[in-house]
Order: sequence, then structure tokens, then C-alpha cells
Amino acid sequence: MLESLLDGIFNGISIGSVLLLAALGLAIVFGLMGVINMAHGELMMLGAYTTFVVQNGFKALGAPWSDFYIFFALIAAFIVTALVGLLLERGVVRYLYGRPLETLLATWGVSLILQQFIRSVSWQFAAGVGVFCLLFFGALWLISRRPDFEQIRGKAIAIMLPLSGAISLVVSNLLGQTYKFAVTLPWFGTQGVDVTAPKWLRGGLPLGGYQLPYTRVFIIALTILCLFAVFWFLNRTVWGLRIRAVTQNRSMSACLGIPTQKVDALTFAIGSGLAGVAGCAVSLLGSVSSNTGQSYIVDTFMVVVIGGVGKLVGSIVAAATIGIISYVVGSNALAPLVEFSPFLQGLLEFFATASMAKVFVFALIVIFLQFRPAGLFPQKGRTVDA
Amino acid sequence: MSHPSGALSAQPIGAGSDLMLDLTDLNVYYGESHILRSVDMGVAPGKMVCLIGRNGVGKTTLLKTVMGLLPTRTGNIKLAGESIARKTSDQRARMGIGYVPQGREIIPRLTVKDNLLLGLEARPKGSKKSQDIPNEIFDLFPVLKTMLSRMGGDLSGGQQQQLAIARALMGNPRLLVLDEPTEGIQPSIILEIEAAVRRIIQTKGISVLLVEQHLHFVRQADWYYAMQKGGIVASGPTHELSQQVIQKFLAV
Repeated sequence: MLESLLDGIFNGISIGSVLLLAALGLAIVFGLMGVINMAHGELMMLGAYTTFVVQNGFKALGAPWSDFYIFFALIAAFIVTALVGLLLERGVVRYLYGRPLETLLATWGVSLILQQFIRSVSWQFAAGVGVFCLLFFGALWLISRRPDFEQIRGKAIAIMLPLSGAISLVVSNLLGQTYKFAVTLPWFGTQGVDVTAPKWLRGGLPLGGYQLPYTRVFIIALTILCLFAVFWFLNRTVWGLRIRAVTQNRSMSACLGIPTQKVDALTFAIGSGLAGVAGCAVSLLGSVSSNTGQSYIVDTFMVVVIGGVGKLVGSIVAAATIGIISYVVGSNALAPLVEFSPFLQGLLEFFATASMAKVFVFALIVIFLQFRPAGLFPQKGRTVDA
Repeated sequence: MSHPSGALSAQPIGAGSDLMLDLTDLNVYYGESHILRSVDMGVAPGKMVCLIGRNGVGKTTLLKTVMGLLPTRTGNIKLAGESIARKTSDQRARMGIGYVPQGREIIPRLTVKDNLLLGLEARPKGSKKSQDIPNEIFDLFPVLKTMLSRMGGDLSGGQQQQLAIARALMGNPRLLVLDEPTEGIQPSIILEIEAAVRRIIQTKGISVLLVEQHLHFVRQADWYYAMQKGGIVASGPTHELSQQVIQKFLAV
């Protein structure tokens, strides 16, 4: 009895820690900044693919290195997704602050672009995009140094856009014709890719009749580490203070001399970077495909909403609760308790699959939000400014 | 409304380029509605200038425009001779404008200490940012010293007002912009705030642009501008403030 309880708690926390790690970045981007980033799942996916690439790179390096690729992969995943997040904020999201519907649609579009990018990226594709960016943005940069930039900007874009587009198309087609398959073969393709955990993460810790997989333990430790890092950053550093000020009162923060645009960019980049770390962790649990992000995005939003938007503590409790409930319901752990009633047993049996457990949890969430629409730990006073 | 003679031509203590703050032909719109109509005014270095006028004539709008919270349609704003009309709010703050807005806008879920430390953000990049709060802040507002670990949102209105002024001073501003610092505050604290502002001007020699309804405080200023329907309609030294002008422009 005690053992199955422990088992339920551990597995629940284990599921919850993945949820929490995935939701942590969103708790910053959505919770603190109020930006609905539908591409958050795809940032996770990018983190997972970064892990895959780093793993392959380290495999080539040989024995002593390939065991520790995961630490480098974590850092690389954070950096790559933080940069993509930075690009997303500077290029898209910042024009849409205070307009949640447009933000939702735009970031959803970005998520589709990222999914397709991962499926079709090849050397040919990358070269084309690279040439285009080099020509187009290079030309814009050159022009922006001229004093009459503002006047000729529209014209310059009208000329450079088709021109650099055409050149990059020609270059990538030429590449494709010259080197054929070597450059047209997609890097990852539509099939999932597999990240194999390093040797020391395989196997598990025996606990009674069960085994705690080391990967799960690793993810729990990683989640705790990330939590402390985020907490320390937000509460003990100058930039953390700036972020807290800007999220509570944007215009007054600007009037105090805080560079709000830089703060926005940094906050978004950090939230995205955490998504990358989560993606790295998720890649240890199963194979990774371009759809990986989609299976997490709803769950992560749930965690943030249930916890109370803008409250990190709420996200922690919500993730653990959702994790434990889904495991207990999904594995039918309560069955021995209701042996007296065949009806209850049947009911529990009905929900005892992964997908039905999800249905059960979401139904609970719907009911919960009827009574506590602001979540477990509602923000007191005024909410985040637009 | 005819302009009282001399209102706009009167040079406010010090001329043209010497002004700390210089607004010329400023026009501001909220969407399509014309809020500020060709406003000309100036604040001389080390002087306190008070803006008076009834509710809704555009006083707060004028201060927000100075701070960069509202865009100017036409006209220019100069801080110590340098045009700031195209700068963002945070750039203006770092150029030396300390802003104490209406309603104080204390960051509610930060401690008093953190609120004060945020004031340091306005200091120029080069100057070393120490994490200490200078004693002169506590000399001016002793009440803050006992409240450093309280949440900003938990303070009373008067304490928040003192915190807001202290926060603005942390950035060593050249120009202090105060929007109705005595609004909704009990009389004894109004006197404290008045005395503090007077001391700030005397000891630090900074300029002050003040919006105020409280007559006693208005009289502390060196110069007044009176606003009506978005334009400046009268100005002069405050010791010349006549009963007539007071009745017309102050909501007493």
C-alpha cells in the first residue's frame, strides 16, 4: 500500500517535473510578460533537435566526451532557443504587445513555420536562406548608414526583396543541381530522431519492486536546478529587478530610466531558453519529431493558468498536482481502494489509459476554473500591464 | 478666450537657450482630439515653476508629453538646450528628468528598498551604481527608513508620495517633474512634502516643474503658468498671483 503510494507520488512528480520544466519558460513569457506564445512548444522542439545535433557531434569525438554530451547539449539548447526567441521577440512579438489575439495568431504561424523548417531543412535550403539574409539584411544595413535612410527605405526594400529572393533561389537551385542528393537530403526529415541517454543515465535506482529510471531522476534534479536559477535571477540580480518592475508597471518603469525594450527582449529570450532546456530533457524520454512541441503546448498553458498567471509558486504546485493526478488516474492506482464497489471500479477502469486520464484531468481543470478563474494563487491588485 | 496681455511674451526668468526645460509650439493629440494647443513654456535652472488650471485642461497631458509618454504632433521639447522630442521615456529619464506621476505609481509588489533602487536606473551609465541608498534621502523623508522591507503597495498615500519623490531623486535629476504631489494626502504630510521639495531646490539646485491645486504650495513656486482648454493663457511670478487668477484657475 505504502509502496504503491510512493510509486504514485514519484511517478506523478516525475511527470510533473517535465510539465514544470516545460511550463517554466512559459510562466515567464506568458505569466510575467503576458505574451501568449503559441510557438513555445516548437522552441522546446528546437531544443530537443539541438540536443540531437550535439549528441551526434560528441559521438564523433569519441569515448570520454560522448558520455557528457548532455551537459553541453543543455547549454547549447538554451543558447539556440534563446537566440530564436530573441529573434521572435524583435521580429514579431514586440509589434503586438497589448494585442493578445494577434500575438496568439502570429506566434501560432511561427510555430507552423518552425515545424516545417525542421522537416525540410537541408544544406540546399539553409544555403538559400543564408544567402537571402546576407543579401537582404546586408543591403539594408548598408543603406541604413546613409543619412536619407528614412526616405529611401520603402524603395530599397521593394528592390532588394525580389532581387535577393531571386539570387538566393538561383544559388540554392544551382547547389541542388551540382551536388544533387548530398545537399538536398533533409537534415532531420519528417521521421522522428532518437536521442540516446548517456551510459550513466541508463538503468535505474531500485526502489522496492520498482525502478526509478535515472533519466527521470535527472529531469527532476534539472527542474529543481532551473527553478532555483530562475528564482535567483528574478529576485537577486539587477536585471531581475528590472524585469519585475517592467512587468508590474511598464510605463512608470520607462519613466524611471529602465530600458524597457531591452528588458522585454531579455525576458523573452530567457523564457525561450528555458523552453530549450525543457526540450533537451524531453528528448531523453522518447523520440523527437517536428510535432513534439504540439503535445506539450496545451499542458504547459494549463500549468500556468491553474497556478495563477504571474506566480511561479503556483506553477510548481499546479505541475505537481496535474502530474500526480494524471499518473494516479492513468495507472489505476486507486483500484485497490474501491474493491467494494464494482461501479467505482468500472469507472476508474474507464479512465485508466493515458489519453482518458488526460480527459479526466482537463475535465477537472474546467470545473476548477469555474470556481477559481484566477488560478490557485491569484495575483492580488493590478495585473500585468499591456 | 483672449490671451491676457503679455502672457506668452513674458520671458520666464532667463531666456531662450539657458532654460532647463523649453517647450515651443507644442501640439499633442489623443487620437483625433486636440489636447495641447501650441503650448510655449519654460523652466529656468534652479527655479520652481507651477502649472495651474482646472481639472481636464491638459496639465497632466503636458507633463506626460514632457516625459515622453505621449507623442508630440508638432513643436519641440528641449532639455538644457538639447531636443528630446524624439527620445523615449527611458532615454529622457537617463538624461536627467525625474518624474513623480499623478497617483504616484509605486511598483506595488516590490519592497520600498527595491522601489528606491529602481531610481538609480536614471543615472548615466558611466557613474558607478552603488546599491546603497544615500542618507540625504532619509534626511528628507525619515519615514522611509523604517519601511524599507515593506511592499510598496502596502504604504499609505502620503508615504507612497514621499517614496515617489525619493525614488525620482535617487537618479540625481536635473529637472524634477511633480504631478499633484498633494492630491488626496492629509494636511500634515502636505507640509512635510512641501518642505522637502523646498529643501531639494535649495540644496541641490535642481529645477522643478509642478502641477498643483494646493494654493499654499503654488505660492512656493517662482513662476506660474495658467492653462485653459489645452493652452497657456496666463503666466507670471507667483507673488503677483491675484485673487482673480486664483479663483479662475485653481479648483479651490
